[in-house]
Amino acid sequence: MREPLIRLVGIVKKFPGVVANDGVDLTIDEGSIHAVVGENGAGKSTLMKILYGSQKPDAGEVWIRGVRQNFGSAKDAIDCGVGMVFQHFKLAANFTVWENVVLGCEPGSAVRINSALAKQQIMELSVRYGLHIDPNSIVGELGVGERQRVEILKVLYRGAKVIILDEPTAVLVPQEVESLFGSLKDLVANGVTVVFISHKLDEVLNVADRITVMRAGRTVAEIDVSPNISRNDLARMMIGADLPRPEAKRGILSERIILELQNVSVETQGRKLISDVSLSVREGEIVGIAGVEGNGQTELLEVILGLKEPDIGSILLEGEEIRHWSVRDRRDKGIGYIPSDRQYDGLMLSATLWENVALGHQRGYPASSNGFMTKEPLRRHTKDVVDQFDVRTPGVDVIAYALSGGNQQKLVVGREMLSHPNLLLAAHPTRGIDVGVQALVWASLREAKREGKGLLLVSADLDELIGLSDVLLVLFRGSIVARLDPQSVSPEVLGSYMTGANL
Amino acid sequence: MLALSTSIAAVALIIPGYSPRIAFGAMIENVATASGIVTVLNSAARYYVMGVAVAFGFKMNLFNIGTNGQYQVGALFAGAAAGSLGLLGPINIAITIGIAMFCGAVWSLIPGMLLVTRNVNIVVGTIMMNGIAVGLIGYFLRTRFRDPTDNLTAHTKTIPTDSRLPDLNRILNFVGIELPVSTKLHSFLLIAVLVGVVFYVVVYKSRFGFDLRATGRNAAAARASGVSANRMVLITMSISGALAGLAGMSVLLNQAYEYGDRFPLQLGFTGIAVALLGRNSPSGIAIAAFVMAAIEQGSRGLAMVGIPPQIGQILQGTLLVVAVVAYELANRRGRITAIREASGVLAPGASRL
Repeated sequence: MREPLIRLVGIVKKFPGVVANDGVDLTIDEGSIHAVVGENGAGKSTLMKILYGSQKPDAGEVWIRGVRQNFGSAKDAIDCGVGMVFQHFKLAANFTVWENVVLGCEPGSAVRINSALAKQQIMELSVRYGLHIDPNSIVGELGVGERQRVEILKVLYRGAKVIILDEPTAVLVPQEVESLFGSLKDLVANGVTVVFISHKLDEVLNVADRITVMRAGRTVAEIDVSPNISRNDLARMMIGADLPRPEAKRGILSERIILELQNVSVETQGRKLISDVSLSVREGEIVGIAGVEGNGQTELLEVILGLKEPDIGSILLEGEEIRHWSVRDRRDKGIGYIPSDRQYDGLMLSATLWENVALGHQRGYPASSNGFMTKEPLRRHTKDVVDQFDVRTPGVDVIAYALSGGNQQKLVVGREMLSHPNLLLAAHPTRGIDVGVQALVWASLREAKREGKGLLLVSADLDELIGLSDVLLVLFRGSIVARLDPQSVSPEVLGSYMTGANL
Repeated sequence: MLALSTSIAAVALIIPGYSPRIAFGAMIENVATASGIVTVLNSAARYYVMGVAVAFGFKMNLFNIGTNGQYQVGALFAGAAAGSLGLLGPINIAITIGIAMFCGAVWSLIPGMLLVTRNVNIVVGTIMMNGIAVGLIGYFLRTRFRDPTDNLTAHTKTIPTDSRLPDLNRILNFVGIELPVSTKLHSFLLIAVLVGVVFYVVVYKSRFGFDLRATGRNAAAARASGVSANRMVLITMSISGALAGLAGMSVLLNQAYEYGDRFPLQLGFTGIAVALLGRNSPSGIAIAAFVMAAIEQGSRGLAMVGIPPQIGQILQGTLLVVAVVAYELANRRGRITAIREASGVLAPGASRL
């Protein structure tokens, strides 16, 4: 048996209040694709950061090629051949590919960069590893999948023999995922070892040779991938239970229209952010909006919520024209909002939970009466939200900052649900949330549908969209390019509409 | 915090050869007398109202640096009116205060409108207005509003006695406190207390206050919740400017009885310092106002022992710096503790979300 390339033995890492890694063992063989799966908070990212050198373990050993390592920083790891591609790319959009790749270790003297040499080296790497990137392209003009490959080039350029990828498919559409996996296989064929973190079990089973399952800071299983292993097997190892399913029952829809958009357009400086969009959401209907980020989803929600006014078109809420209404009037009329980034516009992190529950609903019961805040009814209401939506907190006077991301999301979802809206706008409601909380959010959305609320769901999670929606609209460059039946659409067709390939 | 800044000031004293003990002793002596305390209270009341004026804006991250101009413009017009209107006493007082607050509000509303319509940075706008105020005041003071009976200094007509705010000495005598004849406790103190109460109720108990604080905590979330950013800016700037104008009335109606070259110039900036030191809270600002006034009064006694009175300013300055740093450190430690407590609730072995 060959000596494994990487061995992590008994890694322990603690943060205030949390044990991220509780004695983790991990073995990675050279020339393999090794996946590390687990829920959010299971400790995968921390473990990889230790392997990559950006964190030091409190205890435990890191062995590479049989030699014990003591990385003081990421630079030490890179010198040892370990490189990392992060989920959030660190690229300068205004620079070319080669400039981005060599940034920080430019060939040549201190005065003059040897750009010809750099381009040549990068071209070689691109060809050898099948990455198909032109060193002279401007990064800002590249698509997400290509940018990811630039990040891969960065680490290869620095001599990485082991590449760690953190949730690489989180930002990709199905076609790009296939393309990435092809590249990974090419890398491995050329002697590189790939480690990637994921919580997408299908993909992991698709491409990995070996999987390590982590739960609550420990390794619970290390298995070779074979056709005998199913998603559910993995899920059971990951969370100790079966995967939740997003499927909502398709019932008979009411005819009553809650929200209607007619020929809505939003322009800025001659460019159409939203172009002639018409849609309707009925009572008890979930309308899903699919699309790659940046194609108008944000503007669509802003226009419905009232943060932006449409240049053309009508917005009707229960038959009333609301395009000129203020955000306040729309919220008071019953539009609920679950934002995509709760920390950006969903919560006041420095305020208590009960103050946060008033956000969006501060006018009227139970938050205020006659212009004055009513603290007791509000606190009681917050206790209801916390109980019904399983928000783990010592009390309602806790500062929102102290809650974990999943609990914050549960608070936001609960707040909106318990305000009894007639229209609910949900943007990426389960982004960055682990499986357990995801199940609860989906259950809430299904409940909203059952209660007859209209729901507009914007999401990048195709499972979520397909599972929950009654009808699926695809947004591309501000227009609705497809109206699909979620029951019968395939991810490939959906992906092609999302990337505009079908036009 | 006081200890740290006192030590720094002590170092500043020792270097040129003065004795900190003598200096601080003289300062405390100057405050600890009856007239000393009364002066401190009078100044503190003024600084308090100015501090609240600034804090209103700070609560929503709106930095009104123009309180100087706002209160001066208010005092100019109010002084001119009070000296010339000739109405019955109490009505005169009410109108005078009203004019001061109105002018202060207008002066503050202008940069507010610039922010809302043209996205002009509020700090830049309010500071610029300060400069314009100087010119405006200079013009009016030397021409239309000038008291023709005085050729030495420029000031508005002296306010008749019945149009001035009374002092509280008689009430104090009632409770058995006898003050020397020359020391008067200004009734503005009562106004300051009223301002504090209103500040507390509006900002911490009303729905408007909730919206105000929400805008300061997370403007994007506030907007999504239905708070109109523009409306908040305009209302807050008006209130802030009005309060600044009111602060100036403590000098006009309780002390100088005229607006002119000898009117205090830096009241606005003192208000900013007091708001920062007091962390924008109704009680904090009160303590801060008192401390700043006490240091100021104390430094008046330094000249007598041959020590430069600027030590007082050093003390105030270092206190401010130390306070800001201390607040930030306390904030950070508070956050970590909050997180620890919240995650301690989870049973061991539960999935760490």
